[in-house]
Amino acid sequence: MAAPLTLLLIVAVTIRAVLFRSSLAELIPERVEVVSPLNAWKRVVEGLALLDLGVSPYAGDVFHETPLIIYFFHFVIDYAEIVFMVMTRLVGCVFLLQFRKQKYALEAERYPLDCLELIRTPKEMYYIPLKVAMFYLLNPFTILSCVAKSTCGLNNAVIALFILCTVKGSSLMSAIFLALATYQSIYPLTLFAPALLYLLQRLYIPVNWQRSSFWLFTTQYTFMYLGSLCVMVCLSFFLLSSWDFLSSVYGFILSVPDLTPNIGLFWYFFAEMFEHFRLFFICVFQINVFFYTIPLSIKLKEHPIFLIFMQIAIISIFKSYPTVGDIALYMAFLPAWNHLYRFLRNIFLVSVVLLACSALFPVLWHLWIYAGSANSNFYYAITLLFNVAQILLVSDYFYAYLRREHHLTHGLYLKRKDGSEATLVLK
Amino acid sequence: PCHLQDPASVMCYLAGVAWFMGLAFEPFTLRTYMSENAMGSTMVEERFPAGERALATGREFAAHKKKVGGMPVDWLVKTMQSRGLEVFTQSFTRKLPFPDENKERYMVRGTNVYGILRAPRAPRTEALVLSAPCSEGNNNNQAVGLLLGLAQYFRSQIHWAKDIIFLVNEHDLIGMQAWLEGYHHTNTTGGDWSPLQGRGGSIQAALSLELSSDVITSLDLVLEGLNGQLPNLDLANLFYAFCQKIGVLCTIQGKLQRNDWDTTSGYSHAAQTMMLMVLKQASGRPWGDHGLFLRYHIEAASIRGINSFRQYKTDTTTIGRLLEGMYRKLNNLLERLHQSYFFYLMPSLSRFVSIGYYMPAFGLLAVILLLRALDLWVQLGASPPGTEDGVPSSPGVLSILTPVVISHMTGVALYTLPILSQEMAVQHFPVSETEAVVLTAIAIYTAGLALPHNTHRLLQGEGTEEGWRVLKLVALLYLAVLLGCTALINFSLGFILALSLVPIAAFITPHTPKALSAAIMVLLSPGCTLLYCVFVFQELQETPVSLQDGWMLFLSVISQGILDHALYGSLVYPLLALLIYPCWLLLWNILFWK
Repeated sequence: MAAPLTLLLIVAVTIRAVLFRSSLAELIPERVEVVSPLNAWKRVVEGLALLDLGVSPYAGDVFHETPLIIYFFHFVIDYAEIVFMVMTRLVGCVFLLQFRKQKYALEAERYPLDCLELIRTPKEMYYIPLKVAMFYLLNPFTILSCVAKSTCGLNNAVIALFILCTVKGSSLMSAIFLALATYQSIYPLTLFAPALLYLLQRLYIPVNWQRSSFWLFTTQYTFMYLGSLCVMVCLSFFLLSSWDFLSSVYGFILSVPDLTPNIGLFWYFFAEMFEHFRLFFICVFQINVFFYTIPLSIKLKEHPIFLIFMQIAIISIFKSYPTVGDIALYMAFLPAWNHLYRFLRNIFLVSVVLLACSALFPVLWHLWIYAGSANSNFYYAITLLFNVAQILLVSDYFYAYLRREHHLTHGLYLKRKDGSEATLVLK
Repeated sequence: PCHLQDPASVMCYLAGVAWFMGLAFEPFTLRTYMSENAMGSTMVEERFPAGERALATGREFAAHKKKVGGMPVDWLVKTMQSRGLEVFTQSFTRKLPFPDENKERYMVRGTNVYGILRAPRAPRTEALVLSAPCSEGNNNNQAVGLLLGLAQYFRSQIHWAKDIIFLVNEHDLIGMQAWLEGYHHTNTTGGDWSPLQGRGGSIQAALSLELSSDVITSLDLVLEGLNGQLPNLDLANLFYAFCQKIGVLCTIQGKLQRNDWDTTSGYSHAAQTMMLMVLKQASGRPWGDHGLFLRYHIEAASIRGINSFRQYKTDTTTIGRLLEGMYRKLNNLLERLHQSYFFYLMPSLSRFVSIGYYMPAFGLLAVILLLRALDLWVQLGASPPGTEDGVPSSPGVLSILTPVVISHMTGVALYTLPILSQEMAVQHFPVSETEAVVLTAIAIYTAGLALPHNTHRLLQGEGTEEGWRVLKLVALLYLAVLLGCTALINFSLGFILALSLVPIAAFITPHTPKALSAAIMVLLSPGCTLLYCVFVFQELQETPVSLQDGWMLFLSVISQGILDHALYGSLVYPLLALLIYPCWLLLWNILFWK
């Protein structure tokens, strides 16, 4: 495992170093698909400059990252490129480590014999961590995000560390990293439920409302999480001696004032919204991100790792300022669900549409902004198509997962009552 | 099912070609009409009187040009100032990557001279440009003369609401590029120019005038710009409307419109006009000095005066009146031209085909690729379950990745090596720099044909049946996305490449007879397609060439393509070298798959 990993790391570092030194390094940070007003490097530099002048970095509505980030970069500004490369390495290695342990032991005993081919063998699972690391490090989206020096890479690193700590079972570290991720952008709040479910499952505490052990652990975890969050917020206050970071960071994420086009769904909609209805639709769109937690947690309470994947995917699609770096994070998980491949129905269509849309984004941007022959409708059409393809991908994996679970409990070849072959549909 | 694939593909291909050829048939086209309301309603009487004086000025310009041996900057500045314009100059230098046939040296130095006529009663927020190139020899003297005559006439009028900039640029496109970059404060191509001292607001429209004789028989409109971008159709409509009003013969692609659309010769005339436009647009070159304005979202066209053997001659005063009328109409614009189409083809000056009508021709060709890809996917899915571990298992990935990486590296070599190695080539072989660049490019292109044999020596073991299917799937999807994106930006280039690449992409497998398939693949490769286009272009322009001359023309086209990319940022050469050629190499690898 060490040799392929080293090779992979060398290749990834080489690609990024080559791109950093080429002329593309000026073009890529300008692309709206790769950076957003929340995580653009230009804005971090602006915030640092304001901080050096003694003015609050949030003055002027340019900088929208959290104070801890600005102080972090204050110290490592000279090594910015190296920091970003290290971050992506970190995420890759973290992914590697956490998939060593699998749920194989839990699953083995209970299932009918003909499902043996559905269970993954240790041999197949040996390569999965390497594939996950490869999917993340060599994904063009990640490379673009790294070369653009978007702070999305740091957010991804924090979420990856959170997942690692959760899988290892350390609830304190998991709570701290989750608090850090939530502090960075609000949406990882939805990862609280799957983390709790996983830790409960690991400690063999059943999810039962009557049991006191359940409530004890839940309150314990909640207090750790809220405590860390409070500590971070108060630390930020003391660093900058003012509370204006709350409205600049969290107010910005929630109220979406900046409507620069990006690959998300918010900008076009709110560009043509009447002021009268704006608050209503902001609430609807933001609730949309958080809403899926409840039904998904109920359905997937036995499978918290898959729930984490689904939540991250939903956050990347529906958040207010998505970039390709967010998409790369959940796509890195896909090799972990290799065994679902035989149940996927739309994978060809989804991959072709994602590929075509990624190629069409810069073309239609050029035609809209530079040539003046197209307009925002064309660009938004591609954005919609891209997001529809992502939603189709996520729901396809969901279907495949549930179908596999069904087969594991009911046998692989389903028969109707009269003995003819049956198929499963997701209603 | 596999047995329905081939007839369906052939039908789609023939339908696509038939649709495209049918676009020139007059009942399928629409008559052009003026879409911009602001340009429709004025009743202006054009009164430009001074044609003869303009010709005299032109002769004076010619004399001074011969005396100085280049651009007579001082005389131009003095003349423009005496006509009441604010005159400024801009000097520029440009280092060419290799000396081309016209310039014969690495450094090009020149000066642009421009005069601004300030609008008497309006804020200086918008401008119009009239330009004439300063060419060597006896070309375009009358154009500069007419430009100066119009400047004097316009100065005495009170109804201009936009500044008018009269520009005389040296070295054609290089000077125009320097001026435009200086005007818009960008520097995308690495030229060196002095900053502009005077500006006139954002440019709404521009016309470039080329006039080389005292009397003309027709005026030719040139629309194709850099990267196949076209100005708004309203500009062509404006030109046509004024030619009708004043009674000047107007042509497009040098061909006069015919009325007998229902005869074979009438249809073939329209088809030839349309094919000329397609070929010109596909080349990605700016075909007149106006071609560089389009990138800055300024609608521009070139008007060329042609003197051929016709009975009725038009004099300079009439041309002056036509330009005056056009500028009066452009003066009325409230916003940039955007009402009419940006993507169109013109079988004649009064008929056009819009994007909604010509895109299905391309769509029919692209659908063949997608059907093939779907078919391959289904075949791969039906293969034994040992390989269903998501994307192909480990040995498979390497055997797919190697051809892809090697093809793209050959593409990068084709893009970078010709210019980098010209010095070395000149030292070792008795050729000039231009020839060295072009011949290196052709050598690398041909060397790519030897690749499959070397790739297989690199890979240990043999590729599998499944390996070439996966590679072909990747190549088909890659080609489909690439051609789609190209067709969106430059339809003609995308369509011509699709015509030659789709048949080979659809039908090539390792099991087709090798010699025949290899011959067809080479005949339909991008390089040979370019060669055929050169011959067809010469045929359509009614100046057919022999094989020898055609080959020399082909070499000069390649060198012009490389030069255009370096000087103006044309995308055809990088597209062909970095993306299309590696795709073709992937298909070549599939043919020789063991």
